[in-house]
Amino acid sequence: MELKEKLISSFMAFEERIDVQSELHDVRTSALKNFETKGFPSKKDEAWKYTSLNAILKNDFTVFPKKDSAIEFNQVKKYFIHEIDTYKVVFIDGIFSSHLSSTTHDGIDVCLMSSALTKPKYKMVIDNYFNQIASKDDSLTSLNTAFACEGAYINIPKSKVADKPIEIMYFSTGNESALMVQPRNLVIVGENSHVQIIERHQSLSENPVLTNSVTEIFAQKRAIVDYYKIQNDNHQANLIDNTYVSQQKESHASVHTFSFGGNLTRNNLNFYHYGERLTSTLNGITIIGDKQHVDHYTLVNHAEPNCESFQDYKGIFSDRSTGVFNGKVYVEKEAQKTNAFQKSNNILLSDKATINAKPQLEIFADDVKCSHGCTVGQLDETALFYMQQRGIPKKEAKALLMYAFSNAVIENIKIPELKQRITNIIAMKLGVKLGFDL
Amino acid sequence: MGPNGAGKSTLSAIIAGNENYEVTQGEILLENEDISELAPEERAHKGVFLSFQYPVEIPGVSVTNFMKTAINETRKANGQEEMPANQMLKVIREKSELLEIDRKFLSRSLNEGFSGGEKKRNEIFQMAMLEPKLAILDETDSGLDIDALRIVANGVNKLKSDKNAIIVITHYQRLLDYIVPDFVHVLYNGKIVKSGDASLALELEEKGYDWIKQEQEA
Repeated sequence: MELKEKLISSFMAFEERIDVQSELHDVRTSALKNFETKGFPSKKDEAWKYTSLNAILKNDFTVFPKKDSAIEFNQVKKYFIHEIDTYKVVFIDGIFSSHLSSTTHDGIDVCLMSSALTKPKYKMVIDNYFNQIASKDDSLTSLNTAFACEGAYINIPKSKVADKPIEIMYFSTGNESALMVQPRNLVIVGENSHVQIIERHQSLSENPVLTNSVTEIFAQKRAIVDYYKIQNDNHQANLIDNTYVSQQKESHASVHTFSFGGNLTRNNLNFYHYGERLTSTLNGITIIGDKQHVDHYTLVNHAEPNCESFQDYKGIFSDRSTGVFNGKVYVEKEAQKTNAFQKSNNILLSDKATINAKPQLEIFADDVKCSHGCTVGQLDETALFYMQQRGIPKKEAKALLMYAFSNAVIENIKIPELKQRITNIIAMKLGVKLGFDL
Repeated sequence: MGPNGAGKSTLSAIIAGNENYEVTQGEILLENEDISELAPEERAHKGVFLSFQYPVEIPGVSVTNFMKTAINETRKANGQEEMPANQMLKVIREKSELLEIDRKFLSRSLNEGFSGGEKKRNEIFQMAMLEPKLAILDETDSGLDIDALRIVANGVNKLKSDKNAIIVITHYQRLLDYIVPDFVHVLYNGKIVKSGDASLALELEEKGYDWIKQEQEA
């Protein structure tokens, strides 16, 4: 059976496990209908011109894993930012692991989507926020909405600073020969509040995994949200990440995406503005090789005056890897005095590597500052010679140049231990140990 | 010394191992060892240093980190342990004082946004750190004001010993007021056509290169 049919038919089985009387069920039903009509995107869709899911969809994915598997913390410690204390919301094959998690209801809510969706005390919040910013039109988002039952639920009330970063971790064990998971995260950050979140998907086996994740983030007035995505999964893991950010006035929301692993990764990142003088930051570092594929598909919708957005994506592609950067900035007529900047800088290390970079600016206001810059190049030979002349071997010199190339984005990481981790991953990716801590 | 286009920078690049050039004939001997087949970093590990006429900017890598990497890679290649961090700091402090370099400067990205003079001074700082056996300074004096010239020359003089050699490529006698050369060689059309002592530089300052060119063509 095709995956699409399998999903549609398994919806009935899914309905047996959930409350079909709730309003939420109507949301699910119409979402499923949308997916049924549209199906999985194909290369015929303009937005998926450079990314094909065909090969992946041929796997016989298990949609509902049988039961939860236990993992000991020591087995997976290295995937956490274990040097510091964090809140943890951990899932194994899509199922919450209370054993590995460290949640809280003390002043802030860091817990489970499944409780939020079913417990009466969260009903108001769910009614107000769940599926409010996520697309009703996008077929993959709809697919996730139809089946949404588990993920992280984070609610930081007004004027609170989350006392430590929150790690959201999705492990897949490989107990199923091929597994599809659809996590659903909801993050609400109240007025004047501040939170740092790290999200990671990690497969612990070589069995194929397809993750179709949806995250909705609401940044209220003057809220500060820093969201970091570590994508360093093994070569059989596929990730479609759909993230929607809604911002109120004077808020700062930033999403940093570090894409080093996986087979296919698609990041649909959407920012919507609902207030003035707010700032959106979208940063990314992509370092891939072999036949890996990473696609960044971003949208910043400037709807209000005096807002700023900054996009800075660095990509290094070797072997036969392919990258896509499609960055859309939409400035509505009302959004005067918008500052919108977009950069996509890419290095191709092999003749067979490809990057498709496409900036899209649609501007309907007349008093704005918008710019975009796209570069594709190789490593500077003169710089390499200069470094070699000082005794740095070519491989290390290349690594140093690539590190330097990504540095502007690394410098933006606000959690020092995470910064260290990312630089270590980069050094490992580049296969070097440099004379100083990268 | 030598007129424009004589091949001074080309010769230095070849000695340093720039892969844009192919050596079709001859050898490059360093302490009786032919280094002409070695990679640039291997030559550097054996003590060859080239101060670039146009030092390259490397954003994102600080001067200190660059130096640490260069020194430790060189030590590694020569079978030595990495230099301990405290010793590294001590050496960096000494050498930066020698070249009157502000410490803040060392945490800046290598050559990025440096003035012409700062870049050149930074080259000599690196030379001081690496202590090469053979240093080639390719027009290190160009773009320097009088004070910077004095500092750089002073640095070079202090680094000069009976265990190393320094080749200074320059167009101006002015530098040689500060650095007194043991020998002056004149390169023309890719060949050394005249050699002498410091007085040859003075003669060139006065008479230019025409008389040498004429001698060659005669």
